[in-house]
This record gives sequence, C-alpha cells and structure tokens, in this order.
Amino acid sequence: MPSVTMTVNGRAVTGEVEGRTLLSQFLRDDLKLTGTHIGCDTSQCGACTVHVNGAAVKGCTMLALEADGAEVKTIEGMANPDGSLGVIQAAFQEHHGLQCGFCTPGMVMAAADLLAGNANPTEAEIRKHLEGNICRCTGYHNIVKSVQAAAAQLG
Amino acid sequence: MYNFEFVKPSTVAEAVAALASEDAQALGGGQTLIPTMKQRLASPAKLVSLTGIEEMKEIDSDGKVLTIGGGVTHAEVAAGGYGAISELAGNIGDPAVRNRGTIGGSLANNDPSADYPAAVLASNATIVTNNRTIAADDYFEGMFSTALMDGEIIISVQFPVPEAANYQKFEQPASRFALVGVFVAKYPDGVRVAVTGASEGGVFRWTAAEEALSASFSPDALDGLSLDAEGMIEDLHGSPAYRAHLVKVLTARAVAAA
Ligand SMILES: Cc1cc2nc3c(=O)[nH]c(=O)nc-3n(C[C@H](O)[C@H](O)[C@H](O)COP(=O)(O)OP(=O)(O)OC[C@H]3O[C@@H](n4cnc5c(N)ncnc54)[C@H](O)[C@@H]3O)c2cc1C
Ligand code: FES
Ligand code: FES
Repeated sequence: MPSVTMTVNGRAVTGEVEGRTLLSQFLRDDLKLTGTHIGCDTSQCGACTVHVNGAAVKGCTMLALEADGAEVKTIEGMANPDGSLGVIQAAFQEHHGLQCGFCTPGMVMAAADLLAGNANPTEAEIRKHLEGNICRCTGYHNIVKSVQAAAAQLG
Repeated sequence: MYNFEFVKPSTVAEAVAALASEDAQALGGGQTLIPTMKQRLASPAKLVSLTGIEEMKEIDSDGKVLTIGGGVTHAEVAAGGYGAISELAGNIGDPAVRNRGTIGGSLANNDPSADYPAAVLASNATIVTNNRTIAADDYFEGMFSTALMDGEIIISVQFPVPEAANYQKFEQPASRFALVGVFVAKYPDGVRVAVTGASEGGVFRWTAAEEALSASFSPDALDGLSLDAEGMIEDLHGSPAYRAHLVKVLTARAVAAA
C-alpha cells in the first residue's frame, strides 16, 4: 500500500493507506483523532472540516494521499497546549453555540478559517462563511454569536 | 468507493501519459468526482491527480485576456479581483468546496446548473487543452457533455476582458447551485448572454436578448422579449415556466448591475 506522510497538529505522522482512503478516515481510523466528525459523508454538512495548508476543506471529500506532505490541523489542534479550550472553543461553550455538539468541530474549524482572513467579520460575513456547515440543533443564532465573541476576544 | 491506483504527476506531459491507460481518470479538486465515486457512479482503475501540476495553477492578465489555469481553485479566482468572474467564483458552493474545486473540473463536468459554464460561454472564452484550443461555442454539448476527448486535460481558459459584465445567480437554497444563472458580457462588437441552470440542454446563449442588448445596453431593451418554456428543466425546485421567467428577470438585473 502507498504510504503517506503529513504534519497533523504539529506532529509528523506516517501511515499506509489505500488510494481510496479519505483524509477523514485516515485522521479518525489511523490516527485516532476522532474529533473530526463524519456526518453526511457526501460533501454537504461540513462536520468533517479540517485545515490543509491553512485552508478549510471537507475531510470526507479529499483523499488522504492528496494531503501527502501537507500541514493538517484538526479540532484537537484548537485546544491550548495545557488542554484547556482555545478561544473559539471557549466562546462556543460560553455563548451556547452547541447543543448535541456533532457539528461543532466543523463549525469551529470553519470559524477559525474565517477569522484567519477576516479578524472582524460582520454577521452577514459569518453566516456566509458557515454556509457549508449544517447544524440540526442550534438554529445557528448562537453559533454566530459565538464567532462574534471569539472575534472580539482575538481582536 | 472501489479502490484505485493513485498517481500525482508534476507535469502535463506526465499526466497525459498516465491518462492513456484504460480506465484512468483525471482528478481535479475532487468535489464532484469523489462523491460520484462514493456512489459508485464512477469507478476508475487509476486516478491521475492534477493538483501537483504547477503550470496549471497560474492566473495571468494582460488587461485584454484573463488566463486562468485549469487547476486554479474557485477560492483563488474569487480572491483575484477579476470583476464578474471573481464574484461568480466566490458564490460557488461554500468556502471548503471553493478551496478544492477547480475551474477545469467544473468545465469538464459541465453540470447543467454549474456557474462557470455561463461565464465561459458569455465571454466567448477559449478552452486550452493539452493538444488544441476549443472555442466556447463548440465546447458545451449538452448536460454533462463536452467536446473533450478521453484523457484530454483542460490546461487553461482564456477570457477576453469585457467592457462590462455581471453574473446573476438565483440560488437553489439547499444545494447552492444555480436554479437559474445569467452571465451578461459586453464587448466592443456586441453583447453575449449565457444562461445556466435553466435548460435541459445545459448552458445556452439567449440570442434574442443579445441582439436587443447589442442595440441598446439597458434593461428596458428586454421589454417585449420572452423565452419559451419548452425544453426548460422541470424539478421540485421550479417549473419550466418559472425558470423561463427567471431568465428574463436575471438578465435585466445583470444588465443593470454590469
Ligand atoms: C456542496 C457542494 C456545492 C457545490 N456548489 C456548486 C455551485 O454552486 N456551483 C457550481 O458551479 N459548482 C458547485 N459545486 C461543484 C464544484 O464547483 C466542483 O468543484 C466542480 O464541479 C468540479 O471541480 P473539481 O476540481 O472538484 O473536479 P473533480 O471533481 O476532481 O472532477 C470533475 C470531473 O472533471 C474531470 N476533470 C477535473 N479536472 C480536469 C481538467 N483540468 N481537465 C479535464 N478534466 C478534468 C474529472 O475527471 C471529473 O470527470 C459544488 C460542489 C459541492 C460538493
Ligand atoms: S461528512 Fe464531510 S461534509 Fe458531511
Ligand atoms: S449542535 Fe447538534 S448539530 Fe449542531
């Protein structure tokens, strides 16, 4: 089987994968990083969103082999080094940006992608950037509030 | 998804050679092909990734012609500030789709509701492949069908820069594809109007509107024109008559905004 090497949350990893192995499968099944969720597995819901070389992608719609040599960041990489919640994660907790939490890893990664390019987004910009992330619980309102709060704090 | 051999060449020549074997298929951003393979509607024996080919990732503009490499992502075009084409690219799908999906993949796929085909046809763009150039008018051959031969790769797309242009997309809210999309482009020798999302035959030019707008480039020039609902797409999102109506509304809006 082909082998793949990438940096995940700052750690160099290598694994043997099939051509068809998805990045989301490699992260969850091989690296046991199960924070990246698989909701639809059809490119619709965004629960599997991770960053590859700094850009948000759907992990279920990218081959693991396509990430060979890449820098990958997952929800596990969003916590502080001491294990406490990072700013965006803490804002979701504080502002009730999650209920069941299934969509949350993808929401946090999409929000981080937005804030990396736009430190002070409007409500409309937040809603537009989260278009590819579906939440069955919250009605989105508190997710938007969480992202606004995180933006204010990250300043 | 059935398993396959994966190769990632770094030049067009290597990719063309790899695609010559039976059951080989090109992989762009994978935003259409991977879901299709998961459904087992496609099962290539070999996938030839085009994402490692630097010569397909360039964008170049000399003010007269905008050349976009076949491997350029929607996000890169959106960020480039190329007027109506960048706006169009910035409203394809969602940010994660735009970070992977490419113009070459979109045009090779020719989904009847995709956005780029409208820009290409209205701009009278030229599709450059590994062995020839194809004029937009000869390229689109109906839903999911194009003039591309097996194993042929879109290297770049050349858009003549218009005097004015605008794209209006009426989104199907669940998929974010175009329920109807209209691209209007004005050149010194006339106006072209291309419509996506509406017709069973895929993207098409609305020539009656082109004539009227070439005579007078204002929304009023469309008064009195109407489009036949015959041959328009019928699905749960809209009837043929509704789509035909939307084409005219969106064309007028595009002219007003151009
Ligand atoms: C959730 C979601 C929403 C979307 N919304 C929209 C939308 O609103 N509007 C829209 O237009 N599209 C939309 N898309 C489709 C998206 O734009 C895709 O990126 C595009 O259709 C295919 O591009 P790709 O690079 O991912 O190609 P792939 O999926 O890799 O390939 C598609 C086809 O093109 C072939 N191919 C790829 N690159 C080339 C090339 N350079 N030369 C020749 N053949 C090639 C492949 O062999 C395959 O047959 C959406 C997709 C998703 C998942
Ligand atoms: S699991 Fe990837 S988009 Fe839903
Ligand atoms: S919190 Fe349950 S899906 Fe979003």
